[in-house]
Amino acid sequence: MTDGPLNDNTGVEAAVAGAHRREWGRVLAATARVARDLDLAEECVQEAYASALAAWVGGGIPDNPAAWLTTTAKRRAIDAIRRDRTLRAKLPLLVEPNEVIMDELTTDATDPGDVIPDERLRLIFTCCHPALAQDSQVALTLRLLCGIPAADIARAFLVSESTVAARLTRAKKKISVARIPYRVPQATDLPDRLLAVLAVIHLLFTAGHTAPSGASLMRADLVDRAMHLARMLRELMPGDTEVRGLHALLLVTDARRATRVDADGGLVRLEDQDRSRWDRSALAQAHDLIVGCLRAGPPGRYVLQAAIASLYAEAPSYDQTDWPQIVVLYDRLLDVWPTPVVALNRAVPLAMVSGPQAALAEVERLERDGRLSGYHYLPAIKADLLSRIGRTGEAADAYRQAFDLAANEAERAFLAGQIATHAERR
Amino acid sequence: MAQYAVLIYAHDSAHAPDATPQDTESSDRHSDELAESGAMVLAYALTPREMATSIRGDTVTDGPFVDSKEVVAGFYVIEAPDLDAALAIARLNPVVREGGGVEVRPVAGRRFAERTTG
Repeated sequence: MTDGPLNDNTGVEAAVAGAHRREWGRVLAATARVARDLDLAEECVQEAYASALAAWVGGGIPDNPAAWLTTTAKRRAIDAIRRDRTLRAKLPLLVEPNEVIMDELTTDATDPGDVIPDERLRLIFTCCHPALAQDSQVALTLRLLCGIPAADIARAFLVSESTVAARLTRAKKKISVARIPYRVPQATDLPDRLLAVLAVIHLLFTAGHTAPSGASLMRADLVDRAMHLARMLRELMPGDTEVRGLHALLLVTDARRATRVDADGGLVRLEDQDRSRWDRSALAQAHDLIVGCLRAGPPGRYVLQAAIASLYAEAPSYDQTDWPQIVVLYDRLLDVWPTPVVALNRAVPLAMVSGPQAALAEVERLERDGRLSGYHYLPAIKADLLSRIGRTGEAADAYRQAFDLAANEAERAFLAGQIATHAERR
Repeated sequence: MAQYAVLIYAHDSAHAPDATPQDTESSDRHSDELAESGAMVLAYALTPREMATSIRGDTVTDGPFVDSKEVVAGFYVIEAPDLDAALAIARLNPVVREGGGVEVRPVAGRRFAERTTG
């Protein structure tokens, strides 16, 4: 084999892989409008990517790979529909305004230089429709918008591949039987529907950020996918402050990625992290987004969460954190999103402002409330507060409770260390 | 267009045998609105839970089949282009703001028996 073709093949393979990573969602979303069926669309997009390898080796890599792939996939979809017109007419189809379809079908899409309309917003609202269970929303979003195979989705969420495949099948069936539309919701429904989309992206990020141990590579990949989706949504809905707020929240949280674990994979607490290694440009980008959102009007849940994370990150040191301001922001957050988890997190800055005793009272109130039983951060925070007021024995017990509930190995190792330290001083 | 059944869940049906027009006013008005809008295909109001008799296996018991805070108080079938449109119509049911709610289910098939009257 000569060097020439080898380089060509490697170059083409890289181009196809790159287009898969960046453009899958765009290509699938555009194809789904023509195919009017998500399974057919997926099949056609897969075939388009497969045919790209040979076509690009022979004819060169196109200037606009996404347009080439979209045209190829759409053409396959149109062929399939023409072939099976009578059959397909009997199938429930993805609901779409008819005139657009007829338009697409009569256009002979041969010009890959065409600007392809961005249909990803329709696709994400369909994937995250509230008529679908959230685990299905997550699986559909990863499969259809990010092009991640069912096997990798399964690995990321520690479930079997057949479970993910069944979820995807069920969800697609419901989309077609219940006629979940392929459309961006109307203005009146938009805020609620957007919340579901933001929740899915946030959940993906969180699952990657502190996942149970296992496929460590895939965890970073989940964070990257969530970031990619957040950026995409911001491009598609630039005017929405909660969309910008979510992107800012992910940027701030991920800026600390390199310092959250030590060389041995051990957990490093926020107060012990090396702030000089935080991603300053990500923090600055988030800061600008947050300031813009706060100026735009009363902040929502994600803007407030981002503002809190940003205040934590912008302090020159842990001790110089603006604790009173963080408590104020938590109060605002509780107004718009009153959940026990938010109330628990508020106890951390509250301890710095009003003392550990006051924060402990708040945590104990939440403990009696019962909704957080099973949430290991509650006993972990309680243990830290008990330790700070010298109730070492009780702190050790609370750390043990947290240890029993925690599933992440790095967190368990950290908690085991705390149990040992406090049991010694008992 | 597709058809969707809307099941009305409430603490109980307002359509008791001795119900006054006031008791059933909000549901009657909504039913009229739906019929006028052209969305409604058919509608049935049911009598209260006390009137229900359930059969499970060989056992016949009094009361609704599922022992729950809410019962099916009635159901109707609407026609809508897609789920979002159906949900927008179903959401208008007054029961949603009166402590109950509705369940929307795509209709899989239907059949009316031919009957001779008299």
